[in-house]
Amino acid sequence: MESIAHYYFNVSVMAEAVPGLMKGLVLTLALSAATIAFGLPLGLGLAMLRTTRRRVLTIPIVIFADVFRALPPLVILIFFYFALPYAGFSMSPFLCVVLTLGLCLAALAEEIFWSGIIAVNRGQWEAAYSTGISFLPALVLVVVPQGIRLVIPPLTNKVISVTKMTSLASVVAVPELLNQAVTEQGFHANPSPLTLAALMFLLVFLPLVQLSNHLERRYGTIG
Amino acid sequence: MEDFVAAFLNVESMQVVMPMLWRGLAMTAGLTAAIVPAALVLGLVIAVCRDLKVPVLGGLLRVYVDALRALPPLVVIIYLYSGLPLLGVRIDAFATVVVALVANGAAFFGEIIRAGLESVSKGQREAARATGLGALQTEAYVVIPQGLRRVVPPLASNVVELTKATALGSVLALPELLRSARMGQSIVYDATPLVIAAGLYLVFLWPAVRILSRLEHRMHGSRTG
Repeated sequence: MESIAHYYFNVSVMAEAVPGLMKGLVLTLALSAATIAFGLPLGLGLAMLRTTRRRVLTIPIVIFADVFRALPPLVILIFFYFALPYAGFSMSPFLCVVLTLGLCLAALAEEIFWSGIIAVNRGQWEAAYSTGISFLPALVLVVVPQGIRLVIPPLTNKVISVTKMTSLASVVAVPELLNQAVTEQGFHANPSPLTLAALMFLLVFLPLVQLSNHLERRYGTIG
Repeated sequence: MEDFVAAFLNVESMQVVMPMLWRGLAMTAGLTAAIVPAALVLGLVIAVCRDLKVPVLGGLLRVYVDALRALPPLVVIIYLYSGLPLLGVRIDAFATVVVALVANGAAFFGEIIRAGLESVSKGQREAARATGLGALQTEAYVVIPQGLRRVVPPLASNVVELTKATALGSVLALPELLRSARMGQSIVYDATPLVIAAGLYLVFLWPAVRILSRLEHRMHGSRTG
């Protein structure tokens, strides 16, 4: 029992680790914000392009969405970081992570937005056209807002799951929360910083999980 | 173009690293086979306990499910791997990844299945009880078969997610497919092993993702139609 307290909940070790972990937490939040800001609009844009039903657009979009949903994000990250330099592209680790997770989120979001857009009743399109507006305003002003509302619960889930993956950045030495915790753990030869980091992750993500529970109950969606 | 092929699809490199990659693929398959069934069974147990509102246990499981949904799986893996040996628990990288991802998967499966069970109408339960079935029998013969069917698409989606998550094993130097590709890369000094590994993931997971899209669209369609 004492050894559990000593190794996992060592308050003096935790106190010394706090400054490093706080820096890591800030970076985790920055990675998350950048990923969402890049991935969600891209996903929505691709879903909207798909409504044109032009094969030249649809086929590449579907292939993109499939590939980025099929590959493990860590594989994509390692590919961007370790393989692209052979082609002469070198990116900072931070950029690699944002690009990887942003593209993964865009692929997931595109599928979800698309399923929302096609679930909007056909009559909405017809009503919009009958007021005299053309395709683009009908899509942007009438159909997309309704489609988005239909898919808020699954979208929230995916945003949470991709944001959690910012911890993958530790693999390419971005000093985010997990990476800082591992460093502190090595320094103190004690895993208490990991306990603290896990608590910090809970602090950030538990409210989001609660929010998604609430949304699912409210909108009555399963999955 | 020639430079590109030499670095990304180098035939000589392929010959060198293919045996490694096959072994890596076998380990990825082994991890998946160990994790997915265990997580599904555990998730079902969690869902049934919560659905039956078992006192105390139901509440504890709710906390467990929410916590594991909030924690990144990589954090759980690293915490277990560096934490458990200090308690005298000997656990190798393979077992760590299996335990961590079963814990993670069971939470997600538990939540999905619970939503499915909850969606079975009250009348079904009452009718079952009226025929003389007990609470557990009602759950087993009436609620679970109907509830599970409704959540097949999200369950399948989570199976794909768990399969993809086995790549996290590479962080513990477990020689699954991704790690094998990295080791291959350090032998041949080009990107070919990573390209092949990505290709192998695609061969297995692309069809799964395609089927998922179909299932999900059909579900959304039927809900609004």
